[in-house]
Amino acid sequence: MAEIVRMSGLTKRFGGAAPALDAVSGSVAAGEITGLVGPDGAGKTTLIRLMTGLMAPEGGELEVFGLDARRAAAAIQADIGYMPQRFGLYEDLTVRENLDLYADLRGLPRAERPEAFGRLLAFTGLEPFAARLAGKLSGGMKQKLGLACALLRKPRLLLLDEPGVGVDPISRRDLWSMVRGLAGEGVGVVWSTAYLDEAEACDRVLLLDRGRLLFTGRPSELTGRVAGRVFKVSGVEGRRRPVLARALDEPGIVDGVIQGEAIRLVVASGRDAGAVPAAVAAPPARVQPAPPRFEDAYVDLLGGGPGGRSRLAEATAARPGSGDGPGDRPVIEARGLTKRFGDFTAARDITFAIPRGQIFGLLGPNGAGKSTTFKMLCGLLRPTGGEGRIAGFDLRRDGAAARNRLGYMAQKFSLYGDLSVAQNLAFFAGAYGLGGRLRRERTALMTEIFDLAPHAGMSAKLLPLGLKQRLALACAVMHEPEALFLDEPTSGVDPITRREFWTHINGLVEKGVTVLVTTHFMDEAEYCDRIALIDRGRAIALGSPDELKARVADAANPDPSMEDAFVALVRDAGREGAA
Amino acid sequence: MSAQGAGSRAPRRARGPRRFAALVRKEVRQILRDPSSLLIAFALPLVLLFLFGYGVSLDATRNRVGLVVESSTPVAQDLAAAFRASRYFEVMSGRDRRAFEEDLVRGRIRGILVIPADFAADMASGAAASVQGPSARGPSMQVIVDGSDPNTAGFVQNYARGVVETWARQRAAEAAPRAPAITVERRFWFNPELASRNFLVPGSIAIVMTLVGTLLTSLVVAREWERGTMEAMMATPVSAAELLAGKILPYFVLGLASMTLCVLLAVLVFDVPFRGSAAALYAVSASFLMPALGQGLLISAATKNQFLASQLALLSGFLPAFLLSGFLFEIDSMPRPIQWITAIVPARYLIPCLQTVFLAGDVWPMFLRAMATMLLIGAVLFLLAARSTRKRIG
Repeated sequence: MAEIVRMSGLTKRFGGAAPALDAVSGSVAAGEITGLVGPDGAGKTTLIRLMTGLMAPEGGELEVFGLDARRAAAAIQADIGYMPQRFGLYEDLTVRENLDLYADLRGLPRAERPEAFGRLLAFTGLEPFAARLAGKLSGGMKQKLGLACALLRKPRLLLLDEPGVGVDPISRRDLWSMVRGLAGEGVGVVWSTAYLDEAEACDRVLLLDRGRLLFTGRPSELTGRVAGRVFKVSGVEGRRRPVLARALDEPGIVDGVIQGEAIRLVVASGRDAGAVPAAVAAPPARVQPAPPRFEDAYVDLLGGGPGGRSRLAEATAARPGSGDGPGDRPVIEARGLTKRFGDFTAARDITFAIPRGQIFGLLGPNGAGKSTTFKMLCGLLRPTGGEGRIAGFDLRRDGAAARNRLGYMAQKFSLYGDLSVAQNLAFFAGAYGLGGRLRRERTALMTEIFDLAPHAGMSAKLLPLGLKQRLALACAVMHEPEALFLDEPTSGVDPITRREFWTHINGLVEKGVTVLVTTHFMDEAEYCDRIALIDRGRAIALGSPDELKARVADAANPDPSMEDAFVALVRDAGREGAA
Repeated sequence: MSAQGAGSRAPRRARGPRRFAALVRKEVRQILRDPSSLLIAFALPLVLLFLFGYGVSLDATRNRVGLVVESSTPVAQDLAAAFRASRYFEVMSGRDRRAFEEDLVRGRIRGILVIPADFAADMASGAAASVQGPSARGPSMQVIVDGSDPNTAGFVQNYARGVVETWARQRAAEAAPRAPAITVERRFWFNPELASRNFLVPGSIAIVMTLVGTLLTSLVVAREWERGTMEAMMATPVSAAELLAGKILPYFVLGLASMTLCVLLAVLVFDVPFRGSAAALYAVSASFLMPALGQGLLISAATKNQFLASQLALLSGFLPAFLLSGFLFEIDSMPRPIQWITAIVPARYLIPCLQTVFLAGDVWPMFLRAMATMLLIGAVLFLLAARSTRKRIG
């Protein structure tokens, strides 16, 4: 296939900080989907902007359609379609008016419009919403409209900056198949993403990490590197989290995650199933080879994940499991929680209970109501109906007592950016009512466990993302809460930081801490003991990851992924709703 | 490859007008759908005009003063009567100035007027009466004012002088009707009643246009940066010039519409005279909108953030138009360095023109000079805005 973008030694720096792009070389071919893969801050957006000619590189060469991007930006822009990360359309114009505007800007002759609009509206399924204001569309529909506008004149190069963010799995699949169709017609597509399952489906990837290119080539080349080294251990006796922790400390194990009831392990290069420690593989457990995934290879490429030991969990006093009387009660309880904003019901009759020492996941697309449910349960939002309890305390009547028993880690970095790391720790210790020696001890412990001492004097906002996340977790667990609320705790972070994070969480859970987590990473849902799938304000399914997957398994797809389960369950719920 | 590039360039140029029309149409739709734009363009001007038309007045009518008459002679009593009759003063009489000192310090009165004991004697000696401090020549009276408020102090002093002069002239005329003394007679042209409303209202039109031109424009463009729409626009074949022009035209028209509303209100509701021509009014206003819009575009391109843009627009547009334009404070009485700064405040050139167009009529040489200066400032601002719009992204 013809190369339409060629880059060599591309470098871009903003101010005096580390370069956003550091000597990146690679290419994009016509008729292929090229994935720009990496965590937040990897340089994906910068690279796309360079390709649009909106930004000039500092060093290196960049050619688009054989034209120098520095000099021929206007000619390049005539033939590209670009969808920025933020919804780049006018929210106060209707779907049709947005299309009209872009048709004029792109010089689509009037005679061709009815046909083009009709085709694109049908293609995106937006036909019934042509007169709706773009701001009133759902996340998925917005992305589809963005795509439609970028496609008004078929571009030679389509640049999509994280089109899958904020989009439910069903819309994500729709988007993907639309783009796949375009690639089939010869369009070169660049799709940037932090989701590794999307990366795996690309024809070719550029894997970026802090501005540097880690890998370029076909995803299968990367996953091929760990072929034969990935194993699924099922039927583990007893609790699987301590087993995983033990396995991760073995030198022969590079990476490992919880996958429902099973454990997924990647062994070191040159080793085989024999590297799986006997303690893990002991019967009745069964060790089976598993097909490698992009994420396995990615972690391997980065030199493997952190060990299984959590200093945080070791420093946490164990909470006795269920005892008698009131101790028997679930730690987190939602009973018929309902929240209405005007005539819009954001959450309807949500009920579940989480026993001590379990991880419960709220899974669903943006805007489905999981954040609303989450906020009602940690006392940030007053329910319209129903009740929430933490450790037996009613959030409405004993809000303060309930809140003192929970730790909260917000979706966005919610610490004080202008305070130093040490000041943030001291502030949160104070906010949780720790005083005197206890406060000194706990802040010193957190500094040590999360290795924050070298950055103690640094403003929190200047920390790299991984460290910010560590600090946020440190502040949330400072007061040894019984219940931990994590709102999309790992979105945008690199897989190593994610591993480290889950090692801590798994360790804490083993000590009897109860965790409620929201996520739209389907694979992250596998860490949970139980999951509630939330869609359009309702809990449409509740169960363990394996139960949910089993529910949708059929002859065509005997081993469905979590995302398959989600898509199928949401479709079923929609059908029932319509019936 | 290059042949294809050249081939697609020619029709692109031909599509320019349609792209521009599309941008303008989009902008107009947004303005009509966004209540906050209409609020700033039409409701805020109303509020400002009513504030300046009814609420704020710089006229020192009915200043409350203490009058101390130390002499009981008929002459002194006659002058005291003249003060009591004056429509500029509300007089509280007393025999001892010490009785009023505290009132003055507390701000209950604006000044103390003292007709001293020797006033009549000096009067009899034949010299002209005057308001002065210690004077060796002729009868004089004393005016004590609170210097911490120089504006009011000046008013009280000037009005007191006026009362004394009028009174003295009348007496002279009554005493010696034979030979009219040569006197200086004051006449205020163009604004005979010296109603401050008559020049505050035209001045506030400049403020309103600054709000629409600079504040509103900087907000809407910064919003496009914040929402990512600017970025998406820029990746299309639209040129920076088209983008800027597409923003300018709608807000230019909006600014003139807002100005028209203000003028109608000023004339119909506040009875401000309008002696010039509509052509002059629109010519100077249009010239003023150029730097105002240029400033708005520059601010938004530099900040790309609505909050910062609004702060900067208020600081660099609204406040100078208020304080450094001669609207409230006379530029000639500002310290030199501040006067130099006012040279780059576009409103400073607009306000005298507007006041002239309302109160005097068309004075084209003055208008043309002001218009040229404003257009020059506008051209510089546009150039800067165009540069930063194209170059800086993300």
